[in-house]
Amino acid sequence: MTTEPILKIQNLGHSYGKFTVIRDISLQVSGGEISALIGPNGAGKTTFYNAVSGRFRPTKGKVYFHGKEITGLPAHKVVPRGLLRSFQITNIFPELLVIENVMVPLVVHHGKALSFFRRLRKEKKLYQKAEEILEKIGILDQAYRPAKELAYGDKRLVEMAIVLARDPKLVMLDEPTAGMNPEETDRMIFLIKELAERFGTTFFITEHDMKVVFSVASKIFVLHQGGLLAQGDPAAIKANAQVREAYLGGTVDDKS
Amino acid sequence: MEGLNNQRTQIVACLLVLVGMIVLSFILPVYAIMVITEILIMGFFAMSFNIIFGYTGLLSFGQAGFFGVGAYVTALIIMHGGQSLILAIVASGVAAAVVAAVIGYLCVKRNEIYFAMITLAFGMMLYTIAHNWIQVTGGSDGLPLMNIPPLHFFGAEISLFEPRNMFLFVLTITSLGVYFMWRIVRSPFGLMLTAIRENMERLSFVGANVRRLRLWAFIISGAMAGIAGGLLCIFNSMATPDSMHWSASSRPILMTVLGGSGIFFGPMIGAVIFFGLEQVITNVTENWMIILGIILIPVVIFFPRGILGTLVHWINKKRELRT
Amino acid sequence: MLLFLISVGLTTVFGVMGVLNFAHGSFFMLGAYMCMQIMHIIPSFWIGLIVGPLLVALLGIIIERFLLRKVYGREVAFQLLLTFAILLVLDDGVRLIWGPAYHVVEAPALLAGVFPLFDKSYPVYRLFLVIAGPTIGLDLWSFFRFSKWGKIIRSASSDGEMAQGIGIRVPLLFTLVFALGTWLAAVGGALAAPHQSLAPSMGERIIIESFIVVVSGGMGSFPGAFIGALVLGLFESFGTVFLGRVQMAIPYILLAVVLLIRPYGLFGKEV
Repeated sequence: MTTEPILKIQNLGHSYGKFTVIRDISLQVSGGEISALIGPNGAGKTTFYNAVSGRFRPTKGKVYFHGKEITGLPAHKVVPRGLLRSFQITNIFPELLVIENVMVPLVVHHGKALSFFRRLRKEKKLYQKAEEILEKIGILDQAYRPAKELAYGDKRLVEMAIVLARDPKLVMLDEPTAGMNPEETDRMIFLIKELAERFGTTFFITEHDMKVVFSVASKIFVLHQGGLLAQGDPAAIKANAQVREAYLGGTVDDKS
Repeated sequence: MEGLNNQRTQIVACLLVLVGMIVLSFILPVYAIMVITEILIMGFFAMSFNIIFGYTGLLSFGQAGFFGVGAYVTALIIMHGGQSLILAIVASGVAAAVVAAVIGYLCVKRNEIYFAMITLAFGMMLYTIAHNWIQVTGGSDGLPLMNIPPLHFFGAEISLFEPRNMFLFVLTITSLGVYFMWRIVRSPFGLMLTAIRENMERLSFVGANVRRLRLWAFIISGAMAGIAGGLLCIFNSMATPDSMHWSASSRPILMTVLGGSGIFFGPMIGAVIFFGLEQVITNVTENWMIILGIILIPVVIFFPRGILGTLVHWINKKRELRT
Repeated sequence: MLLFLISVGLTTVFGVMGVLNFAHGSFFMLGAYMCMQIMHIIPSFWIGLIVGPLLVALLGIIIERFLLRKVYGREVAFQLLLTFAILLVLDDGVRLIWGPAYHVVEAPALLAGVFPLFDKSYPVYRLFLVIAGPTIGLDLWSFFRFSKWGKIIRSASSDGEMAQGIGIRVPLLFTLVFALGTWLAAVGGALAAPHQSLAPSMGERIIIESFIVVVSGGMGSFPGAFIGALVLGLFESFGTVFLGRVQMAIPYILLAVVLLIRPYGLFGKEV
């Protein structure tokens, strides 16, 4: 593992006019570890994600990925560097087949987005890779169904597959288990752990479900009212009185 | 997924239709051949529109502008002594592509709604230029062509004055164009277009430069429209500004919506329906646009898939119920 | 300044309902034609100015209730197609009813005539328009900014579900807003009637210009519509004097320049 953090955030802040959503967030994520960002609703988690992943330019602060600054770069420039994100509200290609959903990022990844005259059908290597990914995730059997027909939990797995298709170095998952039943949640936990262990993918997740957080994360950042309240390993966070208070007194260890 | 959707079946069907049309051209009366020729040209125009609309999900109200560029380029080339029709057509496509690139660069920056507005504006800008730049475009009278040079085909000279020859010429060019569009739609780029339509944001979040992709779709769409324009110019022996007005842009839109934007040949079928309707309606009244609008309204509300599209959807549904 | 009025109507409907009304220019035209028609019955411009746009607004209500409502949930493209179809029907309908020839409406006696401005004589009516346009616009702006109904409309536009949740009848609101937008266009048309000759192509010219204003100024932005209309108007006035034939291209050049320099318009944010 390199000592250089894979993601470095410095004094990140974002305001809409006079209304400040997040302020002065500084944190670092190292390669190979799974970190989690937690915080009550409205704390600014999604804004944080959006500012880092390129959905908009943050009004303050800097973001460094692998040592290079990426602050304010649009999404399509951030992604090729290896930083991908998933979405809280499932954001897939509904009318396309599941396998086509994965083919889309693959095509872009292999620089074929402007291939006008190749036949898509003949891109056997890409199809193979797509099937591999679907197998990794566990939904290969659904590959030839339109994505919109899948169960909710499976759709979120497709979401994950799309992200993985680009061999990401850092994956930012925005509430990966949102809306999932316990069985689907366990599957997701297992998946995240396995991907991190077997392939060394670095994960940065935000979550509401504390069970998920404490099962996978080795480092936790707590966001509260737009600012970073605390950071540390799970035990330290559990023990942190301020954190407990922010979560309405005690619910933190009720859930774990 | 088998049966109708099987690619081999489709290819065979296409070839059969082609052969059938060639045979028909020896049997049918002149008037019918000319109507079919015009349907082919306008259907091809509609299919070019569908590249940006049905496949990429962007509604452009200015396609007639590119159509007109093609028509005028062909007219100008022939007027100034150009002898090669093929060259004229190719030049039309290239010119339209260039214009589409310039205008498209400005248009693709914004979202769908703005795109519609901006393409309408620029389409009308092209119309205004054609209408007013009298020295070059002949103003509102357009550019009439005194005679069309014959087609030089492997040494033989074929006069396009004969309707059947014109039809075969148009059929050849449009078939090539359709094949070109087919390849594009079936390519990785084609997948990108569908992805844009489905979820533009997600596509940018997997690293694609959506703006650049949309620009290419717009250029291809415009180039094909230009070729259609060149063909119409040869067919009508003239290029007029009216073919560039937004009401002219509404024709491929209507054909596509009537036929179905979700199917590759939908717009062509839509063109057939459109011409059929036109025959019926112009017998009754001269006010064509109001009828167009009155038809479009229920189609948009109740049959968004278009006539062919609804039919295909219905057939697929029945098949699903059976299995 | 009429352009401002029409652009405001367009941008209001869009801002609140999310619908871009391609037929907006047609309502402008209808406002002028209705005014003229009424003046054939009751020869008073003022009556035509008041009654005509109301009738057009009524038409707008019918269209919204029976046609637009059906496509609210759908893809943007279909909404656009529907309003475009309505445009076709209205524009050609005007041609059908009143014929393709030009019509003329006389300015009311109060505002007829000219007065000297610098070297030239300036029509009084023009002055009236210069004053009337921004006045109505200012009234509108303060309505939206400060009045209770204005705030209700604005809240419904930014969060329809929430608004419905607290008892605001959003569908009714939409109908009213559409009627308002349509009325504004029609008023613009009626006001324009003495100033320019009536022809079935009125609608198309104004809609393109308002599109350009709205794209340049930013959708949903009052100041944007104002500045945009002002700039376009100024350019066009100067253009007539200095540039002759090229003058026709001015709106488009403005559009191109804005798109190049400030793609999101002078004031707007991307939707």
